[in-house]
Order: sequence, then C-alpha cells, then structure tokens
Amino acid sequence: MDATKPDPIPSRSLDRLREALPEAVEEVVYHGGVPIVRVVPERIVDACRFLRDDALCRMTHLSDLCGVDLSLLGRREPRFDVVYHLFSLDLGERLTIKAAVAEGAEIATVSGVWRTASWHEREAYDMFGIRFAGHPDLRRILMPEDYDAYPLRKDFPLEGRERDHKNWRKPEDERRDVLAP
Amino acid sequence: MLGTDEMEINLGPQHPSTHGVLRVKLRLDGERILDAVPIIGYLHRGCEKLGESRTYPQAIVYTDRMDYVAAVNENVVYVEAVEKLLGLEVPPRARTMRVILSELQRIASHLLWLATHALDLGAMSVFLYCFREREQILDLFEGYCGARLTTNAVRIGGMYGDFPDGWVEEARRFLDILPARLDEYHKLLTKNRIWLERTRDVGVISGDLALDYGMTGPCLRASGVPYDVRKALPYAAYPDFDFDVPVGTRGDTYDRYLVRMEEMRQSRRIILQALERLPDGEIRGKTPRRIRPPKGEVYHVNEGPRGELGVYLISDGSENAYRCRFRSPCFVNLQALPELCRGHLVADVVAIIGTLDIVLGCVDR
Amino acid sequence: MSETVLQYVVVPAMQIAVVVGVLLGCVAYLVLLERKVIAFMQVRLGPRRVGPHGLLQPIADILKLLLKEDIVPARADRLVFYLAPVILLLPALVAFAVVPFSGTPFRVLGVEVRPWITDINVGLVYLLAISSLGVYGVVMAGWASNSKYPLLGSLRSAAQMVSYEIPLGLSVVSILMLAQTASLVGIVRAQDEAGSWFAFWLPYPQIVGLFLYFVSAIAETNRAPFDLPEAETELVAGFHTEYSGMKFAFFFLAEYANMILVACIVTVLFLGGWLPVTLGIPGLKGPLSNFVPSFGDGGAALTGFLWFGIKVFVVLYVYLWIRATFPRYRYDQLMRLGWKWLIPLGLAHVIGTGIVLLFAF
Repeated sequence: MDATKPDPIPSRSLDRLREALPEAVEEVVYHGGVPIVRVVPERIVDACRFLRDDALCRMTHLSDLCGVDLSLLGRREPRFDVVYHLFSLDLGERLTIKAAVAEGAEIATVSGVWRTASWHEREAYDMFGIRFAGHPDLRRILMPEDYDAYPLRKDFPLEGRERDHKNWRKPEDERRDVLAP
Repeated sequence: MLGTDEMEINLGPQHPSTHGVLRVKLRLDGERILDAVPIIGYLHRGCEKLGESRTYPQAIVYTDRMDYVAAVNENVVYVEAVEKLLGLEVPPRARTMRVILSELQRIASHLLWLATHALDLGAMSVFLYCFREREQILDLFEGYCGARLTTNAVRIGGMYGDFPDGWVEEARRFLDILPARLDEYHKLLTKNRIWLERTRDVGVISGDLALDYGMTGPCLRASGVPYDVRKALPYAAYPDFDFDVPVGTRGDTYDRYLVRMEEMRQSRRIILQALERLPDGEIRGKTPRRIRPPKGEVYHVNEGPRGELGVYLISDGSENAYRCRFRSPCFVNLQALPELCRGHLVADVVAIIGTLDIVLGCVDR
Repeated sequence: MSETVLQYVVVPAMQIAVVVGVLLGCVAYLVLLERKVIAFMQVRLGPRRVGPHGLLQPIADILKLLLKEDIVPARADRLVFYLAPVILLLPALVAFAVVPFSGTPFRVLGVEVRPWITDINVGLVYLLAISSLGVYGVVMAGWASNSKYPLLGSLRSAAQMVSYEIPLGLSVVSILMLAQTASLVGIVRAQDEAGSWFAFWLPYPQIVGLFLYFVSAIAETNRAPFDLPEAETELVAGFHTEYSGMKFAFFFLAEYANMILVACIVTVLFLGGWLPVTLGIPGLKGPLSNFVPSFGDGGAALTGFLWFGIKVFVVLYVYLWIRATFPRYRYDQLMRLGWKWLIPLGLAHVIGTGIVLLFAF
C-alpha cells in the first residue's frame, strides 16, 4: 500500500447521507483515505441540515468553511468551490463537503444550520466574491468595507495593486520621506 | 418626561485593553450594552495568499506570525498537515519533542492570557508575576531555537535540531517551581470577592450555543462540552500521555478562568511525562529534498491554547500549495462577542474580550 | 508691628505658605513612593535612573508636565475646561487649614506659633463640607471635554463620590460622640484624656469606624479598587482623558493631595493624631512625647509632628498596598457596596457606639 494512498476510511455519515439524500450527492473522492463529498449546490442546506440533525451523523461542529478558486487547476466553470469541514463530537467522525459555485452566481447560506458559518461566509465573500443567498449580513470582514477586488482569487497579484498603495515607493524613487505624491 | 437616547461608543482600534487592533462598536442604553459589533481586519496581512506563493518549508515562517502567542502550535499543525499530504512518518523523538514544545507554549500562552485579563480587571500585580514565569519559558524557547516568540521550531519530517545540553534540566527546574506560582495566583484571585464579582455570571454562554457558534478550546470546555482535539483526534505523541481535560459547568468568565488555570497544571503533567519518556533516536525522518506532495488535499486540526487550529491544504503537485487555508480559533470565538456582551455593562466588555483570549494576528491572519 | 497683626496675619500667612509648600512637595514624592512601593510588590524596581533611587523623578515629572503642549479639544467649553482642575485642587488644599500637625504650641522669637493653621470648633464639619466640593470639579471636567469617554467617567465618578459621602459621615459621627467636640484638636486631646486612641478605645474600639472611613475615603479619592472612573483599561482615562500638561498635573496633584488629606484625617480621628505609640504601657507617654526636651515646647511640637508623620505614612502605605493587590470593582458593584453594605454598617456602628456610651458611662 502506498503511504500516500491509504485505504478509504469507512464513513457512516457518508453512507447515511447517500441513503437519505441520494440525489444531493454528486460524487465522492478520497484523499488520504478521507472522503470528500461533492454535493449539488442547490441541495447544500438540506444536506447540511440532515448531517447535523440525523442521529447517526450528529455533525454539530462546523469546523471550517472556505472558498477555493479553481481557475488555475484547469476548471474555469464553475470557478469556485465552497468547502465545508464537519465534525461530530459525539461520534468522532469527520466529513468534508464541497459545493461548486460559478463566478457571479449564488449559493445558499448555511448560517441557519450552524451560526458559525456567518463569519466564514463573510470571509469567503470578502476573499473570493462568492455570494451567499440569505446571509443575514453579507459584507466584507477583513478588507476595508469599500474595497473593490477579491484578494484570494488567483488573478489578484500577491503584491497588491498599485492603485491601492498610494505611497508605494519604487527603487528609482529618490525621496524617501514623502508619504503621498 | 425626560427620555433617554441610545449612545454609540467606539472601543478601539487603539485602546489599552483590546489586545491588539480590534474595534468594537458598542450601542449603549446608559451603561447597558444593547449590541457589541466587532470590526476586524486591521491586522490582515494575507497569510493565506502568502502560503500559496511560497514553498511548503518557506510558509512555516508565516504560521508563527499568525497566532504569535501560540507559535509552536501553529507550526506543528501546518507541518503535520504537509506530512499527511506526503505520507511521511515522523520519528518518535521528534513527535515527543513537538508535544513538549506545544505544551510549554500552551503554558506560556495561558500565562499571557491571565496577565492581561487580570490587568484589565485591575489586578496589576498578577500581570507582573505571570510575566516573570513566562520569561522563563521564553528563555527555554530561546535556548532551543533562538527565538522567543516566533519560534519556527518545527520542520517537515521532524524537528530542526535536538535539545541543547542542559535544556531538559532547565525545563524540569521551571516545572518544579510552577505549581507554587500557580497556587500564588489562585490565592490572589480565585476566592477574591472582587474577582468573583467581576467574573461570575459575566459572559455566559451555554454549551449548545457555543458549539453552534463554532467555539472551541477553553471557551467551549467551560460551557460543559468536553471537546479537546488532543483527545478526540490525537496527533503527535499525545496518545502516549496521561492527562485530564478540565471542563466547566456554567460557561461564564469565572469558569473559563478556572479551566485555563487547570490546563496549565495538566500541561505541566504532560511535559513531565514527556521529559521522562523522551525516546532516543533521530529527530528527522526520511524527508525528500524538495517538498512536492502529490495532488490531493488534507484538513488537519490541532489543539491550540485558544481552540482548534486548522490547516486546509490543496496540493496541485507543485512546490507551492494551491490553496492554503488557516482555520483560526480566535476568529470563530470572536464571532460570539455580541452574544456574550448583550445585557451586560460597559465595564464587562473588557472582561469578556479578555476571557475570549483573542490574538488579533490569529483573527486577521 | 502690632501684636495682633503678627499673631493673626503674619504667622498664619507663613504657616499657610509652609503647609502648602510642604504639601505639594509631599504630593510629588508620594507619587514616587507609590511607584516604588508598588514596583517592589510587583517584583520590579520602579524609577531608578533619575537621581539615586529615582529621587529626582518627581522633579523630572513636574518639568515634563509644565513643558507639555496644552491641548484643548476644539469644541470644549473653554471656561469650564480651564476651571475644572482648579475646582478639584483647591478644596484639597483648603481642607488642610484645620488639620493639626502636632499638639503643643511653641514660642518662636516671642510669637506663639500653633502647629495648625486654625482650629475652628466645627472643624470636622468644615472638612466634610470642603471635601464634597471636589465633586464639582469632576463633573465640570467631564462635561467640558465634550467627549463620550470623559462624560461617562465623570458621571460615574460624581455618583460614586456623592454616594460614599454618607458612610464617610456616619463613621465620623461616632467619633463626634466619643470626643464630644467637632474641633480636630479637641478630638485628639479627647483621645489623650481617654488614654487610648479611638481606634482601640475600650469598651468599643472604633475599628469598624476606621474601616468604614478608610474604605469610603478610597472611593471618594477614586483610588483602586474603586478607580473605575479613571481606569485605563476601561475608558482610557475617564474624566481627565482630554487633559494634558499642567491641567492634567492639577488632577494628579488633587488626587494625591486628597490621599494625604485622608491619611491625616484618619490619623487625627482614629489613630491619636500626634500622640505617641505607648501600647498602653504607663509611664512611657512622658518620655515619648518629647525627644528633645532641651527645646522645651518646640521639642514637644517636633516629636508630635514626628509621630503624626509616622502614622500618616503607615496609612498611605496601606493605600498603596491595596492598590497593588485588588482587582477593580465594576461600577454597579461599587454602588451596591456603598449603599447596601456600608451605609447599614455605618448606622449599626453609630447605634452601637451610642449604646455603649449610654450604658458604660
């Protein structure tokens, strides 16, 4: 057995999800033995609610929710993935769910299922521009309120844009004591 | 008749007790808080994007600087995530060393928390006593890796170097004096009438609500939910050691205080066991020269002093991560601030921010 | 110069000059003492660089405050803003007019000098009245600053000071009953006659009264653990947030002058003023009252002042000790303490003293 490709870990919550909402599950892949479930974006709230409430899943802890920009991994449409990492405290099981979102499209918010999703979704919106339908307060959280770009997208430069750095000094600038032109 | 108006007050971002650049907008009715909205992002440095544009070993340095008070824990969670991607086996000595350093870092972080929390509530002397102990731990870190705060002590596949001569004895000496000092803090604060009045029933949150808000760490455990990543999803060498996880009952500031105090004692217990059973052997396993994990993804969590630290890595087969996401416990815990503050008085906001134990580097990344 | 002018104008004027001068010096060095004492309790050393052991630190601080830029907020009420520190400082200084620093009047160059500026027969009432005026200064400071934090701070502070006046007064009523006079000199003389300080007076030691007075005074002077109105970590700096330079220095001076005043009052009312520490051993009183018998009355006055100074120092030390040790009370808890605990305690204490006086004598 290759150390990088361990056998798939059995996941009871995945089985329950497939049983209860078979049409919501698009595909399942395994990375490092951990199942990653791709869910139909329109059914994400149902899937999440099921996973939280079902007695054999009990996924009460949304550990993390983030966005991923897949444009450089060869997938242009839909451009983004929203990734949900769930954990069940009682049963000790983990599950990762993904849902695809196109640029400019919306996906339903899960902040009605887990309150913690609220800020995570705000950050995903701030960093990627992914809109969450039904979110109580969708506005930027880390960048300034009126910022006009989405920094974690792959087409945003690492150094930032020149127009955001009013006092960006270049090597050829002589004067080092001036803040703004 | 005379009417009253609501008042909106701004706390921070420059304020003596917001523990960093945090801004809180308070809506007050007299002294009572109607709403407390935290506004963050003042310390956002784009660590995630930096993680994606540097190679895996280079990005370890950025993890120190996110939660700078829990640098070793951040290092360990990132390095272990990369090791999972690569399928690397870490030698037992390195794993135990990681436990020792993580627990020392936990004690140092809790000491800092106690110092600033007590200072915010007026007990100035506790601040200086805690820093006296913390200095000793920072000296230990400096002796090991040359840096007090941003340690960068862990490498992919193991540790960067072994403990220098005399380090283990120095650590043991520190652990010998620690219980007496902890008792001193207890004597000053735990039964103190004023401390009790300031912290009992302040910032109460129930276990279910805390879990719904995604809170983890001492904040969650004080509300009665016994979730500790070291027990639930063990990593490094934790399965080998015997320790208890303190759990509170009422979910108020006082319980969070007691939980963290007890955690310091338990950390000491773990370190003593680890120092005793430190296995011999190499400190770094067989690691490829260039870290180029195969295509895949991993989500790895860790128990930091503030809660569940997480790293989500997507590898595209190159030397840089494609997506490097850091799950920050302080970010998530801070979300519950409005819930905790509602109905309390202005003076309690400071106590509640202190009890959440946030580090803005971790919140903003 | 006629005898009366000398006696009633020149000598008091000189006394006032001496008292105010020495007091301001003491205030400056009390700041240094606080920093040093609290530092030692906190495992550190305090000021050390300016002068040996930091002894020139207060001078450096005064110079700094004098030379600092004076900032007045743009929309502040200028007149009130300038007046507030003055109104806070003056009562603290004026109250020293009735404090007796020693017991024996002495003759210097043929003029009789009494070791107090004046001894009116309503001295205690005068003290309580004058120290209440300080509240105006606090309220004016918060209002004139035209800013939210000072406003909140000054409102809290004013309410706190007014509320704690009542237990303060109650603790002093029993002293009045015991001494049968409101003149401060008379109170110390009554302790002399009774043979023991009022704090340890049998059959009913006034320890409760001492505790009550001291706690109320801490609240009156806005010191820890009752310093919420000016706590750094809560509201930046409370009512004196917007003040800088010399005006801030006035607030500072006022706070420490009030501290010294409280220490002097506690000493006079409860700890026997200028009387020596005899621990009840008979026969010790004579020799301990005058360490320099060759100066006669002057010696007695000096010795009395020495004992007075020692007691004031001990009380101030306890003030600083409390600051270094306790966390801060929240505002509503502070008010609850004052109204629901200290006032009933004060009333009970007065009744207790009354009963003892009625039946024991």
